[in-house]
Amino acid sequence: MADEQKSFPLPSSVKVMPGTEAAQAAFPYYTQFTPEDDTRFWFYNSMHFPEPMHHFDMITAEAAYCALGSFNTRVHVLPTTKGIDHRIINGRVFIGGVPVTDPAEIEARTAEFQQRAFYYYENWEQLYDQWKEKMKALIADAQALPTPSLPDLEPIETTHTGKGVAANHALIDTYRQQLEGYFRMWHHHFEFLLLGYGAYLTFFDFCKRAFPEISDQAISRMVAGMEAEIFKPDEEVKRLARRAVELGVDSHFHDDMEIEQVLGALDQLGENGREWLKELDTSRNPWFNVNVGDGFYHYHRSWNDDLSMPFAALPGYIDKVRKGENIERPMDQLVQEREQLVSDYRELLDSDEDRATYDQLIGLAHRVFPYVEGHKFYCEHWYTNLFFNKIREFGALLRDHGFWDAEEDVFHLTHYELESAIVDLMLAWSSGSDPIGPKRWPAIVAERKKAIETWAQETVPPALGAVPDVIDDPAIVMLWGITRENLDAWLSDGEENEHELKGFAACSGVVEGTARVVKSVKEISRLQQGDILVCQVTNPTWAPIFQKISAAVSDIGGSMSHMAIVAREYGLPAVVGTGSATQKIRDGQRIRVDGGRGVVTLLQDEVVLEDA
Amino acid sequence: MSFVSWFKDVGIADRPTVGGKGGSLGELTQAGIAVPPGFVVTTAAFEQFLKALEAREPVRAKVKELDPADLGAVTTLSEQLRARVLEEKMPAEVEQAITEAYRTLSPNGEPVAVRSSATTEDAEDASFAGLQDTFLWVLSAEDMVHRVRECWGSLYSTESMTYRLKHAFPEEGVAMGVVVQQMVDARCAGVMFTRSPTTGDKSVITVEGAWGLGSAVVSGEVTPDKWVIGKITGEISSREISDKHARQVPAEGGGIREVENEADRRKAPCLSDEELMALREVGRRVERHYGKPQDIEWAVDGDGSILLLQSRPETVWSARDAAAPVKKPEGNALNHVMTIFGGRK
Repeated sequence: MADEQKSFPLPSSVKVMPGTEAAQAAFPYYTQFTPEDDTRFWFYNSMHFPEPMHHFDMITAEAAYCALGSFNTRVHVLPTTKGIDHRIINGRVFIGGVPVTDPAEIEARTAEFQQRAFYYYENWEQLYDQWKEKMKALIADAQALPTPSLPDLEPIETTHTGKGVAANHALIDTYRQQLEGYFRMWHHHFEFLLLGYGAYLTFFDFCKRAFPEISDQAISRMVAGMEAEIFKPDEEVKRLARRAVELGVDSHFHDDMEIEQVLGALDQLGENGREWLKELDTSRNPWFNVNVGDGFYHYHRSWNDDLSMPFAALPGYIDKVRKGENIERPMDQLVQEREQLVSDYRELLDSDEDRATYDQLIGLAHRVFPYVEGHKFYCEHWYTNLFFNKIREFGALLRDHGFWDAEEDVFHLTHYELESAIVDLMLAWSSGSDPIGPKRWPAIVAERKKAIETWAQETVPPALGAVPDVIDDPAIVMLWGITRENLDAWLSDGEENEHELKGFAACSGVVEGTARVVKSVKEISRLQQGDILVCQVTNPTWAPIFQKISAAVSDIGGSMSHMAIVAREYGLPAVVGTGSATQKIRDGQRIRVDGGRGVVTLLQDEVVLEDA
Repeated sequence: MSFVSWFKDVGIADRPTVGGKGGSLGELTQAGIAVPPGFVVTTAAFEQFLKALEAREPVRAKVKELDPADLGAVTTLSEQLRARVLEEKMPAEVEQAITEAYRTLSPNGEPVAVRSSATTEDAEDASFAGLQDTFLWVLSAEDMVHRVRECWGSLYSTESMTYRLKHAFPEEGVAMGVVVQQMVDARCAGVMFTRSPTTGDKSVITVEGAWGLGSAVVSGEVTPDKWVIGKITGEISSREISDKHARQVPAEGGGIREVENEADRRKAPCLSDEELMALREVGRRVERHYGKPQDIEWAVDGDGSILLLQSRPETVWSARDAAAPVKKPEGNALNHVMTIFGGRK
């Protein structure tokens, strides 16, 4: 039945790009494709890993799939699916699910699932409260870890207290503790996640059957929580804007400000300036521990590391405060709107039985959803930020000992290689001789830098191997939106209108305007009032600039992504997951965003060509 | 016995005397929904007329004798009866009553629409939609009287008679009301369903519209623009803007004519998002009023006001609304999650 041409390339047919063989070989052996992998189906995880991976950053995939699989396979025992395997080639992460297909095994797993997962659902609130305590303790542990350093000689206290341990031991201890914490964090991350999505999708499935034309957005608006921590950073920026006006220091904030100068000026200003700086510190800890990306790359820095994002938003908010507009989220109104939606849809159902089912499903979805939204702040943002910054500290230490030129070079080593470099330094310190690393690593780092540049130019097939008849793995459908229909659409790629980009409808509405293609958070200040933001991955932590823009378009993301939630929060048309918006749309081009249909139309193409 | 009833005085329960369309327009008027004002020439007027007609030569008896399969005989009788209806002098008391009502409605000769309103049409179980006549942009009392007569005559069209015979409607119960209503000089017009015509989804409203009078959309002369709107959320989830080559506009001496649309107008949406939202509000109000999904004709006049020209219960999906629930409730609500985690059933 299957059309012969409707198959993706086999993993074995994907060749390592010339000149990058060594860089490819350096990834752990268990992440390399083997000949047996040709018999399985793999897809490119462009949602979480849209860019070529630095060797160290692969720890994110490893830790995440270690944890996800453990909970699916052995803790909650999902009946029809086990974990997810991952492979890397040319810096791209491909993943493949491990479905359970034997009916007897599914039945046995179902019985296990019902006594394990149901326990979680039944005790959700209590377990979630406990979860927050665990996460906060884990974060506190990570914060308490010392900055790695090697004194020339041990402090005299080591001798006088009979400590019995020298400073080089702390290096390996800190590093291993940090890795231990990171892997543990990912376990916590998946403790509830699939169960949360499952309950949500159960309600989603009911809505789609009762109301075949209901939009994904309408369903998620019925479920969305209001108090999620992920809204807090934006709320803190608004609070700082209000305080700036109240303290009379608002004139210091404008579109072309230099952040350091503003901070310096406020410090010089006297009491009110310093008062505002104190308020800024309150906001920063912990709420500015949010990354400008999803936190899966070391270079997705946090607001605390780079204040560009909140500062880009301050002038706009300050302007609104001056005009007397209320910028804080109207919580009561939002809750009321959600309740109204829930009851209005309920009213449209035909029978008492359906209304009873609906009540059961929405009840469960409302119970589980706070976790689905809330975990991100603690895991992907706060903890991840601490983690990568700790690795940076090792980067700086090794740089100071001549291993490489720049702190950031550390991310070109795998986590095993980094451990060996640390041990190299420890040995050298203890023996009083020179470490071997400085002669070894600079060339390798340079080679890997080049490999990443090479890999970035390659177009990646969306999937590898034969398409299975059915995609029946709820994890894969839930997290990546991989369905049979989507795969067919990928295979027929190339037939579409070249002036049109299709993606997920994230928030409805139609807007025409000037596209501002923003490649990184550094370019945020280029956004003018009313521009349409076009970026690779939109993230909830970009929320503050949503007040400035008229619509948003991204390369990556699904209709359940947080970006979609923020777009709805601001009522802005948004299309996510277009695949290639940042490549196909030119900066300054006029485009039309139809958020209801998930379509971006490129306008005035001829004019742009003439100008070019 | 009253030959004329004003919209404000009638409701859907008056279908036997004012017909389905007249009853519906009356009901909407009473519910406070904007409808172009008008009156109904009641079935009593028709009966009075028919009495005069029957006095000369039988009408109903001849229809009853027909064999619906004998198309030749039906056509011959149809031609005869329609000619007689057009030629028979209207009883003086009827003509006086409807002419007076017309002068009240249209004191300065404002154009009116004359529309059939059969007692059987727009019932919940049988829609006679399209089987009877509508005359637009009627400009004088004389012409109005003539068009009323034509509406009556349309009861004896081949299609109408065949339909009645096949569905065994008793001929004695068949009567025709006629709606006389102020014309809307529509900037655009169309139809709206308060559930999806394709999936039956009650959570969406489908709007179809084109430039000019709604007759072009209803008759299918022009491919209308089409929108799907979330009934509850108001989000516009689908927009299909068509190439609308022509529109129907009033003709000089009465009636309508078709004109080509200008190039920039052809592909422009005929409704703004604000107008769509206003239509959705009206659609929800009417649906709430009747307690069931509706099939609505609307027009937007020159100053942007939305007027309803008709609303009838949706018949296709309501007939299919299954008794089976989407999903039965569970003793333990948690069992529902097995829909997702239990694999394909």
